[in-house]
Amino acid sequence: MAARKVWAVLQQRGGELNRQSRETVAAAQELASQVDAAVDVVVLGAGGRPLADRLAGEMAVERVLCGDHPALETYTPGAYVAALAPAIRQQAPSYVLFPHTYQSMEYFPRLAQQVDGAIVPAVAGFRLAEGTVLWTRPVLGGKLQADVRVKSASGSPVLASIQPGAIAADRLRAGSGAVEALPLDGLAGFVPDREILGIESAAKDEVDLSKAEIIVAAGRGVGGADKMGVIEELARALGAEIGASRPVIDNGWLARDRQIGSSGQTVAPKLYIAAGISGAIQHLVGMKGAACIVAINKDPNAPIFAVARYGIVGDLHEVLPALTAAVKEAKGS
Amino acid sequence: MRIAVCIKQVPDTEARLRVRPDGSWIVEEDLPFVINESDEYALEEGIALAEKAGGEVVVFTIGPARAAEALRKALALGAARAVHLSHAAFQGGDPISNGRALAAAVAREQCDLVFTGSQSDDLGYGATGSVLAAALGWPHAWLVMGFALEEGGRSCRVVREMESGKNELLRLQLPAVIEVQAGINHPRYASLKGIMAAKKKPLSEASPEDLGLDPRAVGKEGAAVELVAVRSPQSGAGAQILPGDAATAAKALVEKLRNEVRIL
Repeated sequence: MAARKVWAVLQQRGGELNRQSRETVAAAQELASQVDAAVDVVVLGAGGRPLADRLAGEMAVERVLCGDHPALETYTPGAYVAALAPAIRQQAPSYVLFPHTYQSMEYFPRLAQQVDGAIVPAVAGFRLAEGTVLWTRPVLGGKLQADVRVKSASGSPVLASIQPGAIAADRLRAGSGAVEALPLDGLAGFVPDREILGIESAAKDEVDLSKAEIIVAAGRGVGGADKMGVIEELARALGAEIGASRPVIDNGWLARDRQIGSSGQTVAPKLYIAAGISGAIQHLVGMKGAACIVAINKDPNAPIFAVARYGIVGDLHEVLPALTAAVKEAKGS
Repeated sequence: MRIAVCIKQVPDTEARLRVRPDGSWIVEEDLPFVINESDEYALEEGIALAEKAGGEVVVFTIGPARAAEALRKALALGAARAVHLSHAAFQGGDPISNGRALAAAVAREQCDLVFTGSQSDDLGYGATGSVLAAALGWPHAWLVMGFALEEGGRSCRVVREMESGKNELLRLQLPAVIEVQAGINHPRYASLKGIMAAKKKPLSEASPEDLGLDPRAVGKEGAAVELVAVRSPQSGAGAQILPGDAATAAKALVEKLRNEVRIL
């Protein structure tokens, strides 16, 4: 039995795993094989035993650690940190991986501070180099990638979140493990750090872009609410819906119900034309399922070109009118 | 009420970035620097609250000499005072060492509430505010899209962004750290009067000793993580770039869409 441990802390709601959680287990298995460690999976919740039992019969892991407590029924950062911090201190996993979600990102840095750990968010890949793990993650809005490493002398646990798609869920090795209860000493006398009042929709949900066949999406590069005309004209010529990346919405150039990305809608049209969108990961997760992506951007290094099938490097205020004219000509109107 | 706002000066994300020949970081000479986007929203949230509920905003940053420009801008927008963690020992940190330094600075100023952006546009860790909250022992919320004081300032009501277009409504007891998401408000522009007034507002510099911190516990030395190299993302699987002027490229694209994608 390998002495070192890699933990994968999964995200669940109502007994169902978040989609990225399986990718996180696959990442933990891959990392464990590189650093010669055993994988433990951690599930937190109230009444989570059936899920833990199911996972233990599906995955090649050593243990499924089930943290079962009424305070963990609904996620709060205080309860999650109080549950995990003493467990990490006692059992000393070398690496603790999380799915890179808004929920993980809210609490795992706080957890890292509590266990004197290192914080490595949004991991796109990792490899062993000269005995230490190099973690690859996006910087500068995804325009560049960085390799980071945890200082060798620290000996502290590394807490990292795994980006969606960094490791495909189908690389998860099937097998089985043993279910154990996660000791929850930290939750004795726990006082909640927040009160949950409810959940609401961010937008009015008037526009459903998920069924659109063609989407013309505007990004920050459009440059202003008064400059959206080129987007509208191309959309009209193509019979397309209009979408946008987050900065367009935040600036008030378009209503929030047209936002595409991790905090907006997820779309899978036949054709997606991204105009003036650089391609930050938060946008890509909402549209990379499109059958054909066209990117128009003045920056040839914009990450959107990495996922696009066709690209035009240029000023969208010149390219879009030319494209509208060419589409009209092709349609014979 | 004393409101802390922690900001970071970052390269303008619209600027053309060049990697240094040794790959250690980007070339910073001649690069335009701005206040990090979500921090601008944090600043607006803090200033608007001070105007409404009474009190003052103290703005904090860690950064080299150039970062004083970001603090001056914050003062022009309405902050009362600025604290610059400019000492060499503070530079090159990660969320662990930066959160520790900011916590000490905020504690020294006896603030009741902290606003900061959820994520920086350069290193993008998205973690410094949460570490700051943990170091202070205060509750925090990340990706905050709505904020209001309640119970005469004893607690606050917060809207936290979740995935897939949902928001969670929360109540937190103060003091707390509120990590703001871009889009929560409409940041104001600095007025000429504000810019003139900012020149006379206090901007103090702090060293680790001033904050009672070991210089080896902050900045690069106190960081748990170090940057090894940066590079352009691999473009191997990238787009087929259609060359020529706008009209030529547009015609070529329509041909592709018609013949290869069969959509037009």
